[in-house]
Amino acid sequence: MNTPLSLWVEIPVAILLVLGSLFALIGATGLLRMKDYFQRMHPPALASTLGAWCVALASIIYFSALKSAPVLHAWLIPILLAITVPVTTLLLARAALFRKRMAGDDVPAEVSSRRTESGS
Amino acid sequence: MSPLLANAILLSLFLFSLAMILTLIRLFKGPSAQDRVLALDYLYIVAMLMMLTLGIRYASDTYFEAALLIALFGFVGSFALAKFLLRGEVIE
Repeated sequence: MNTPLSLWVEIPVAILLVLGSLFALIGATGLLRMKDYFQRMHPPALASTLGAWCVALASIIYFSALKSAPVLHAWLIPILLAITVPVTTLLLARAALFRKRMAGDDVPAEVSSRRTESGS
Repeated sequence: MSPLLANAILLSLFLFSLAMILTLIRLFKGPSAQDRVLALDYLYIVAMLMMLTLGIRYASDTYFEAALLIALFGFVGSFALAKFLLRGEVIE
């Protein structure tokens, strides 16, 4: 707005932003259209990995060009997501498996007979 | 900011909100409780990416902190809900 940026900065930022939002849209479409719950767990990973990386990279390029110094704090977002998303996904998968088993659905049986689902 | 970048930001905000609407449909429709928790978790992630995009649009650092807070609260909320689905209570 105040200082015009070079076109060589704006084109990559624009491409990365549109790419990241496309990944988010693909993930939402998969979340809506997949048949099974365990299939539906896969598409959100598209937004939390590729989408977050694209948007964070766009933010880094834009702010670094704006302040003409490396501004790297946007990397915190993909790093935080890389730490927290697997924990949530693993816990949700175990909860779904537990609930489906309790409901008597056709899911794989427990591997160990001694270790119960609630006491591991 | 050139018209190219401004239009790209508008397009990506539109796509993000479309993704949020599709996720909301899953959130309301979801046959089981774990579907709803998954959709809520995804909604948090898309909102966080939207915050980063808004930060580029207004060239401001404040939106980054909002995105970080949304990511943290999303993790805590999804963790607690998944734990509740698994055991029936959050803190034991």
